[in-house]
Amino acid sequence: MNNNGAGSSSGSGDASPARRNSKRPKYSRFTQQELPACKPILTPQWVISVFTLVGIIFVPIGVAALLASNDVVEIIDRYDAVCVPQNMTNDKVGYIQNDAIDKTCTRRIKVPKDMNQPIYVYYQLDNFYQNHRRYVKSRNDGQLRDRSKENDTSGCDPEKTTSNGVPIVPCGLIAWSLFNDTYNFTRGNKALTVNTTDISWKSDRDHKFGDDVFPKNFQNGNLTGGKKLDPNKPLSQQEDLIVWMRTAALPTFRKLYGRIEVDLKENDTITVTLKNYYNTYSFSGKKKLVLSTTSWLGGKNNFLGIAYLTVGGLCFFLATTFTVVYLVKPR
Amino acid sequence: MAGGRRKKNFLRKLYSFSCGKASLDEDHSQIGGPGFSRIAFANDPDCFEATNLGYPANYVSTTKYSLATFFPKALFEQFRRVANIYFLVTGCLSFTPLAPYSAVSAILPLIIVIGVTMAKEAVEDWRRYQQDNEMNNRKVKVHRGDATFDDTEWKNLRVGDVVKVEKDNFFPADLLLLSSSYEDAICYVETMNLDGETNLKLKQSLEVTSNLQDDSNFRHFKAVVRCEDPNANLYTFVGSLEYQDQQYPLSPQQLLLRDSKLRNTDYVYGVVIFTGHDTKVMQNATNPPSKRSKIERKMDKIIYFLLFSLVLISTVGSIFFGIATDDDIENHRMKRWYLRPDDTTIFYKPSEAAVAALLHFLTAMMLYSYFIPISLYVSIEIVKVLQTIFINNDHEMYHEESDKPAHARTSNLNEELGQVDTILSDKTGTLTCNSMEFIKCSIAGTAYGLGVTEVEKAMARRKGSPLLYEPDVEEEGHRDNNKPAVKGFNFTDNRVMNGNWVNEPHADIIQKFFRLLAICHTAIPETDDESGKISYEAESPDEAAFVIAASELGFQFYQRTQTNISIHELDPLSGKTVERSYRLLNILEFNSTRKRMSVIVRDEEGKLLLLSKGADNVMFERLAKDGRKFEDKTKEHMHNYADAGLRTLVLAYRELDEDEYAVFNEKFTEAKNSVSADRDEKVEEAADSIERDLILLGATAVEDKLQNGVPECIDKLAQAGIKIWVLTGDKMETAINIGFACSLLRQGMKQIIITLESPEIKLLEKDGNKDAIFKASKESVIHQITEGRKMTSSSDSQSFALIIDGKSLAYALEDNVKNLFLQLAVTCASVICCRSSPKQKALVTRLVKEGTGKVTLGIGDGANDVGMLQEADIGIGISGVEGMQAVMSSDVAIAQFRFLERLLLVHGHWCYRRIASMV
Repeated sequence: MNNNGAGSSSGSGDASPARRNSKRPKYSRFTQQELPACKPILTPQWVISVFTLVGIIFVPIGVAALLASNDVVEIIDRYDAVCVPQNMTNDKVGYIQNDAIDKTCTRRIKVPKDMNQPIYVYYQLDNFYQNHRRYVKSRNDGQLRDRSKENDTSGCDPEKTTSNGVPIVPCGLIAWSLFNDTYNFTRGNKALTVNTTDISWKSDRDHKFGDDVFPKNFQNGNLTGGKKLDPNKPLSQQEDLIVWMRTAALPTFRKLYGRIEVDLKENDTITVTLKNYYNTYSFSGKKKLVLSTTSWLGGKNNFLGIAYLTVGGLCFFLATTFTVVYLVKPR
Repeated sequence: MAGGRRKKNFLRKLYSFSCGKASLDEDHSQIGGPGFSRIAFANDPDCFEATNLGYPANYVSTTKYSLATFFPKALFEQFRRVANIYFLVTGCLSFTPLAPYSAVSAILPLIIVIGVTMAKEAVEDWRRYQQDNEMNNRKVKVHRGDATFDDTEWKNLRVGDVVKVEKDNFFPADLLLLSSSYEDAICYVETMNLDGETNLKLKQSLEVTSNLQDDSNFRHFKAVVRCEDPNANLYTFVGSLEYQDQQYPLSPQQLLLRDSKLRNTDYVYGVVIFTGHDTKVMQNATNPPSKRSKIERKMDKIIYFLLFSLVLISTVGSIFFGIATDDDIENHRMKRWYLRPDDTTIFYKPSEAAVAALLHFLTAMMLYSYFIPISLYVSIEIVKVLQTIFINNDHEMYHEESDKPAHARTSNLNEELGQVDTILSDKTGTLTCNSMEFIKCSIAGTAYGLGVTEVEKAMARRKGSPLLYEPDVEEEGHRDNNKPAVKGFNFTDNRVMNGNWVNEPHADIIQKFFRLLAICHTAIPETDDESGKISYEAESPDEAAFVIAASELGFQFYQRTQTNISIHELDPLSGKTVERSYRLLNILEFNSTRKRMSVIVRDEEGKLLLLSKGADNVMFERLAKDGRKFEDKTKEHMHNYADAGLRTLVLAYRELDEDEYAVFNEKFTEAKNSVSADRDEKVEEAADSIERDLILLGATAVEDKLQNGVPECIDKLAQAGIKIWVLTGDKMETAINIGFACSLLRQGMKQIIITLESPEIKLLEKDGNKDAIFKASKESVIHQITEGRKMTSSSDSQSFALIIDGKSLAYALEDNVKNLFLQLAVTCASVICCRSSPKQKALVTRLVKEGTGKVTLGIGDGANDVGMLQEADIGIGISGVEGMQAVMSSDVAIAQFRFLERLLLVHGHWCYRRIASMV
């Protein structure tokens, strides 16, 4: 299987002292391409055994991944359409933009299976282009990090300054459009506390959002975007903002809202009292509330398991085909 | 004696003066007119008129760029690549707010890529500059007035300078020869750098200036040269010399070209006529056509495809972007409010969605620029350079004797070597080593010479009949005991060697035969002072072989002057060596149309002799009725020789009477001195008139030695499925025999021979009706080709060999026949084209290249192969004996044919695989 690169060249280079001024090329194993080389030759046995091996490794991994994914309990509840009052269904945008209407909405969720803590609470938006070129760039990381750069709002167009020219902290479209629905959970009569700390990346809190940078002039413009921020809390503690500012790559995305640190039992009914503020109606996006447990592989995701199983299966199939071909009609 | 000779010379030349003047009149209108306007004031380059003409100095620059033009020109070269243009546009755009990323990241790779390639260019150009510099600063002696000659640099020469060039030096510019160290003002010139011919050429000055043999003569020398404008034709020159109020015509015979070398002559004086870039060499310098490998062309196509898909993606993307942007505000309501479409720039304005989409298109083009693999070019370039180093350093392709390693001159064709489908090979110097050995002869109908040729051995092997050749094998054993063989001489026959020939029946004819060999040639003897040995510088290896043979057999040619040839010869009566000198009167030179050469000499008894040698077909028809005594026998022998793969020449002579010679000489000199266009024809006509009624002496046979390892190499290449075509100028029989010798043709191969040597055609040729010949020949060729097609298609188990001669080839290459010919040729395992001209070689190459669309490789060593090498996808030059012309125009140079095997099957294969896996 090892093919010595020397091949046809038999050591003509050694010996024979070169004449003076000879143009004879200098001898080295490199220039004569005589360095040993290794090159696998694909014999049938070799190919078959490699395929079998890959199959043997991949199929169990795939099975394990699928099982793990199936263990995850996930509750998804879409509420954007349901939370619009009957009389307003023809003018959802008017409903959401009308501050006079109370936006409170109550949903009941039944737990299908036991859920062990921590249970993660997500909100899922749909058709929301956080990846739009304009949107992604509309922020200033320096300003978020450093108090001394408070007035630096470059790149934040069109949410740089308020109408009278005072810089906004945090500036930019992303911060401006911060998600502002809120959820309250109760089981029976007892409220379930949702822990909203430690839901963002630690590195973001420590390095990207300053603990001495406070929101200023935020949402004071003529057009209000999303949530208003507490001007007395430094940005590094505004974790919902930090989560939001990690822009999603796809138009459908989930973001972590918080954690419920209590186990939920099968057939428990949870009442969610939510404030439906966020406007997804104008671009006909959906809003969903997601409760999910995790496994060692993360959230519910069958893809990885299926992919492993497919590759492993394919390898087995090829291995058997080759074996049959090799046995029936050897070359 | 010397004085007498001189007088005689003058007489002869006086004659030519009158002729010269006559022809000058008709040419006079041309000189000074358009195209013939050059004037050089000899020895007076400073005079007013001369400075007014503004001819360039002798400074030569072959660099592509100068310091000032390097950047614009090199950049322009770079941006001829589509990918580079694209990246430049992207780079420029990235400075606008359109850019999706920072400008540096767009422009930096481009700068690196272009910088690297430009640096490579710059280094190459710098080397060229240094070469030029070395050239321009060579020293030459130039006349400074007052008969003093000073050293000066080449670059300082001006038109009109008188220079003195010494032995073994190059001429600094195109010079008009005035005089030389020889009394008769001849000099020998080696033109290897010009045409690759290693033989010496004779140049002679005008008689009027030939006495300017000393520095002091030039104190008051004044002359005006009027001549043609600079042009690239090496072999023509029209001009006149005005000297002492007389006009003298000038011919190429007086012109010494730059880059040729003075040999065998102590010094010459000359006037500079063309300087610098006006010289014929520089006018001739053309860049070889740049060849690109298939993989590179393929890559270009891929790049175009990628560019297209890039545009497609961008277009689709921007259309959707436009639609989405347009939708953002509907009825004054923002849809995607989080993008603030109410307060936006032009790039996202819903009201101007079309413009926004267009701008988005540009952005997308930049964004997806990773589609175009810019670094691929650089990586490929680097890999190729490495491969070139491997090829250059391969010990297996280093030739010990000539001290020549392989040399890949261009790096971009390495991988093509692995894909060669057809090899078109020259024979002489490529398959054979172009060293001739005199091996057999037939004198007066008796065959002499017992040597065995390579071809005979191959034939013996083929026929499996060793019996026939047993005596020869014995003879070979004998030879080993003999004295060390002389190069170019492999003749063994005790009947004629060591002076034994005097006892043979036709001793007088044998004497004449060898005498002819010793006289009828243009070789120049060079005596080694220490050993007293004589070596010969000859125009072709055949001639050298003849002269050596003659000297080995007792007719030693030892001295040549302009008018005399001196020979030590064996006197059959006394048995002693006597010195004889023959006065050389005329040389009727060899050329490919005449296929013969003759000399006219006067021997010591005052008899005029015409000695002639030439190819069999032209010679036999020129024999006198009573000179055909041995014709049949000789023909038979020659046939045998040709069968044995030998080159044959027929030798014949004739005695002339004085009157006849006088008439001829007049006619001949007149023809020689005419300057008109039909000069060659006239000369030929004159020569033709005297070369008749010859008496046959015999025939010679020389063997063309095969190079080492050629048959094995061809075998291996054939095994690798590579077709080999041999294109040669040789006779059909010789070509076929060489084909057998180098295992190109094998026993059991069916030979399809296409030739026009059929009796019907010959009959037509006698009639001389050109149209009829043309028509009949063409029909015959087409007929033969279709016959061949039938044969090949009817049986597929047999392998075929196609042999076609030059005449038929001319018809076969015509537009409507060539496809038919090609179809036949590709079904044959090997193809041999005999008697083909350089042009035909190139045409065949093009036919194969374009007809089959496969990679062709041309291999050859001589100037006649240049066309073929440049036409083929890959040209390989053999850096052998025939000079550097082929090497200069080749892509890879190797020393021996057998290295081709390794080059193709090892390096080519590896290069292709590696490049392919890299891409």
